Parts: sequence; C-alpha cells; structure tokens
Amino acid sequence: MFSERQKIIIVTILVTIFTVYSISLYLSLPVKGKTVAPAVSKGKTLWQQYNCNACHQVYGLGGYLGPDLTNVFSLKGPAYIKAFLKNGTATMPNFHLKEQEINSLLAYLQNMDATGKADPRTFLISNDGTIKQ
Amino acid sequence: MMELLNSKQVTTPKLFIIAGLLLLVTGMLWGLTGGLQYLVPGFLKQYLSFEKVRPLHVSSVVFWIIFAAMGGALTYLQQHTGRKIYSPLLIRIQFGVFIFSIMVILISYCAGVFGGREYWEFHPLLALPIALAWVLFLVNFIRSIGSFKKQPVYVWMWLTGIVFFLFTFLESYLWIFPYFRNNVVNDMTVQWKSYGSMVGSWNMLIYGSSIYLMDKISNSKTGSHSKIAFILYFTGLFNLMFNWGHHIYTLPTHAYIKHISYAVSMTELFILGRIIFKWGATLATAKKQFHKLSYRFLAAADAWIFLTLLLAIAMSIPAVNVYTHGTHITVAHTMGATIGINSFLLLAIAFDILNDTCQPFEPYKKIFNRGYWLANVSLLIFWISLVSAGIIKAKWQMSEQRIPFSSMMLQLRPYFILFFVSGLLLLMGFILVIYPLVKNQLACYFKKKTKENKQILFYPSAVPGTE
Ligand code: HEC
Repeated sequence: MFSERQKIIIVTILVTIFTVYSISLYLSLPVKGKTVAPAVSKGKTLWQQYNCNACHQVYGLGGYLGPDLTNVFSLKGPAYIKAFLKNGTATMPNFHLKEQEINSLLAYLQNMDATGKADPRTFLISNDGTIKQ
Repeated sequence: MMELLNSKQVTTPKLFIIAGLLLLVTGMLWGLTGGLQYLVPGFLKQYLSFEKVRPLHVSSVVFWIIFAAMGGALTYLQQHTGRKIYSPLLIRIQFGVFIFSIMVILISYCAGVFGGREYWEFHPLLALPIALAWVLFLVNFIRSIGSFKKQPVYVWMWLTGIVFFLFTFLESYLWIFPYFRNNVVNDMTVQWKSYGSMVGSWNMLIYGSSIYLMDKISNSKTGSHSKIAFILYFTGLFNLMFNWGHHIYTLPTHAYIKHISYAVSMTELFILGRIIFKWGATLATAKKQFHKLSYRFLAAADAWIFLTLLLAIAMSIPAVNVYTHGTHITVAHTMGATIGINSFLLLAIAFDILNDTCQPFEPYKKIFNRGYWLANVSLLIFWISLVSAGIIKAKWQMSEQRIPFSSMMLQLRPYFILFFVSGLLLLMGFILVIYPLVKNQLACYFKKKTKENKQILFYPSAVPGTE
C-alpha cells in the first residue's frame, strides 16, 4: 500500500516534469524563428477549410483515401498539382478553386515540402530500434 | 449504499449514456458510408464527399466515448460517495451544451464548414462551449468528492482524466496562434502532443469507471486500494504524459521527443506482462461471472486490451513504426482501442447503469447473446482486414519502384470489401445488444411518467431526485 503522502508526492513529481516538458517545448519549438509568406498562411487556411487532410496525409498523418502530400511538390511539380486542384478526380472533389486559391495551396505545399522528407525509405534503421534520416 | 442509489429514474447521467449510444449507432452508419466510398469511387461525392463523411463518423463516435465516459463517471461517483452530486443543475447545463455542440458540429460538417484538423475537424469556435461545459464538469466533480483522503484508485483516475482532458483539449487549439501554426513541423508536434495525451485522458475516465465496476461485481473494495492498482495508475499517467511522440517518429522534430516516447512506451510491457501473468485468474473469474451481462463486455475488453497493447508496443518501436506509420495498421490499432477496449468497457458500464430493469430482460437474452458474439467475431475480422491492407500498403511504401498509388489501392480492394462487410455485421451486433437496453430505458421513462406518484411505493430502492 502506498501512503497518502507517497501518492501525492509521486503525482506531484510527474505533473511537475510534465509541466516543465510542455513549457520548454512551447518555448523552443523544433523549427525556430521562421515567418512565412502570406500566401503560405493563406494556403494552410484553405487546406484546413477544405479539409484536405481527411483524404491526404502529411508526414503519414491524416486520411487514407488519397496519397501522402508532404513531398508532392518536389516529386510531381506545380503543373501536375494544379491539374488535380483544377479538376479533382473520380474521388477527389473539384472544389472550384479560384486561381489565387490554387496558388496559395501551391505555396503551402511548397513550404511543406521544404520541411523534410516523409518517405519511409529514406530512414536508416538501427539495431536498438531507433531510426535516423 | 450502492444499491440504494441505483435508481430506476432516467437521470441526466443516464441521458449522457443513452445519447452516447445513439451517437455510436449513427457514427457507425457514417463509418459504413465512408467504407462504401472506398469501394465505389465518387459515391455521394456531390453532396457528402469523403471529407464530410469522415468527420461525421469520427466526431460521432468520439462523442459516444466522451458522453458515455462522462455519464459513467458521474453515476459511479454518486454511488461511491453515497451522496447526490453537488449540483444537478450544472449537470443538466453540461448535458444541454454538449448536445447542442454535437448537433451544430454535425450540421456544420454537412454544410462543408471545417476546422480541418484531426480529430476535431469542426470550426474552432465550437470548441468554446465544449471547453466551458467541461469546466462545469470539473467543478461539479471536485465539489462532489468531498474529502480527498483515502480515495480508491478510480477517484484518482477520474480526476486525472477530467483535468488532463481539459488541458489537452485547450492545448490542441494552440495552433490558432501563428507562433505555433506557422511551421508545419512545429504545428504537428504540438498537435500530436495534445492528441496523444488526450486519448490517455479519456482512457483514465473509462478505466476508472471499469475498475469501480469490477469492484462492484466482485463485491470487494480491496482491489482499488491495492498497491498494484496504484502502480498501474502511475504507469498509465506516465504514459499519458510522455509517450505521445510515437505518433510523430517520422516527423523531423526534436530527437529527444522520440527517444523519450520510445523509452516510456516500453513501460507498457509491465502492463502487458501483468495481463499474461493474471490470465489464469482472469479466465476463472470469467467462467464464474459470465452470466452477468456487463461482465461479458469486461471480459471481451480484456482480450482486446491484450491484442491492442501488443500491437501498440510494437508500433512504439521506431524501427517497426517506420513500416506501419501511414498504413491501415495504424487504423487497426485505433479501431481495436476505441471499439475493442473503449466501447466494450463503456457497454459494460452502460449495462450496469441502464439495466435496472423496468421490464424483464429474459425475452431479450437470445438477441443479446447473438449480438455479443456477432460484435466480437466481426470486430476481429474487421481488425484483420485492416492489418492485412496495412501490410500491403507498408510493402508498397517501402518498395524500390512504387507502382502508382491508385494501383496499390486497387490491390487493397478485397480487404476493403471484407472491412465493409465486417463493419456492417459489427453494427448489427451492436444494435442487437443496445436495443434491449434502450427499450428498457424507454419503459422506465414511461413508467415514471404514468406512475409518477406511486414510484416510491413501487420501487422503494429509488432515491428521488438522484442525479
Ligand atoms: C474526398 C477525398 C479527397 C479530398 C477531400 C482531397 N483529395 Fe486530393 N486526392 C484524392 C485522391 C483519391 C487522389 C488520388 C487520385 C489518384 O491517384 O487516382 C488525390 C490526389 C491529389 C493530388 C495528386 C497527388 C499525387 O501524388 O498524384 C493532389 C496534389 C491533391 N490531391 C491535393 C488536394 C488538396 C490540396 C486538397 C484540398 C483542397 C485535396 N486534394 C482534397 C482525394 C481527395
């Protein structure tokens, strides 16, 4: 049996470490000091407004109906992406996007592409179970 | 005292569970619609395209879990303290706000209005009423507990669940500040930090109520005060706080997040070991208690905890995760956890709380049995179909020369068919078990209406006005 005191001490320690962990993460986010072009923020807003994430993944997180789009910009290029955004596909709706909206989404996808590689083939697997890119 | 407060009235906490059950059924219908959209490209594309159907499904079933978890904890808290809740009015407000919010959320999806983020795909403004109602829940809960001294483990778990849900829910909205949102990597790091812990918080609420229920079934309170109960609680809390990094092993975020998560996740092996170690005892209890309907769901959840934990621990190893991430194996894990564990535990709780028979259950026994087994077997097939689809997608992701995405999806088709059919059977199984339960509550409700004054005489155990 734990005494009442021991229980409180254990929980307090855990909560304290969690608080420090959270705050230090907020204060030192993995990517620092980058402001983004207005088109990129606009693109992100559109990405969320149209809920592209329900069908597409970014870094393997999101929906499963369409392909992962993290690096689609460098892999397929803007013209290819534009064709999809303009027409949709059998499954992907045509959102009837305006030219400006398409450009913002392209800017967002380009910005996303520059943050890293999502392709699992680019990882090296170590014996201790960790992975490196 | 437990029996005394198990009133046959339809109280607000019971309404939470009943509303939750309705959300479960409608949510599964949305799930089937989405499943059909995998099979028939363009199905309902014009009016209810997949980006609408997916959030309709996810929000409905997540709210089932949250509604039932709130109803369970509120009912059991009163049974535990032997007193009425601090403020029945606050619960009613909490219920009203939640019902209002989920209705507006579902309508907004149909209208194509999104916040566009997992899991809360609704407009961020709608988070406000939910957060406020949650604060009411917290206040009411704390005031109702009375003394915090010598409380069993489930009271600790309920409080932890309520506090951490509020924290992680608010944290999941940090993205509205450009500082957090501007970079995709920063945004996703904080997003999955909050979601990873949020799931842990509703698990705390549900597991807390399940432990209370086990105490009640075995008619003993020693378990929930024991050392092992608290060790398991601390392990759970530790994981809730620090294991969220396994969602983002492939994201170029801080390496320490991944290392911490990997190490912390391995402490779950202790929980797994304990389940295996206690297997014999579990089976013996199952044999003895299997006639109790609510126990049956506890037994089913036990099996699913084992299977899900096995998969979860494997997926917490980065070297395994790099294969499974982004594939349907992740979905299989989520389904095992939310249906096999969360929903089965909540059904156990629902059967305990709502089964205060206002009409005999005997005629429904057969239906129940069929539903129970149908749900379990079809969930297993459902799970296997997702794991199989995931293995094929994992191979595709890792292959030197990838065939086009659409060709890979065509290869998955047989598994999507199996997925859809087993999903349909799963829904049928759930309806069969839920039907007698809801029907009984309707009977209670109408009895109360017609025999309002005689109620006390007919049911001397009922405490009028219990919330
Ligand atoms: C209803 C689901 C759905 C939604 C919503 C959706 N997409 Fe798609 N998208 C798809 C599918 C499915 C494909 C793949 C089509 C194929 O390969 O046959 C696709 C393909 C694409 C492609 C081409 C990817 C490639 O590698 O070939 C891009 C780019 C794209 N979508 C961008 C978007 C953007 C941006 C949004 C939001 C404005 C969006 N999609 C919303 C389903 C969807």
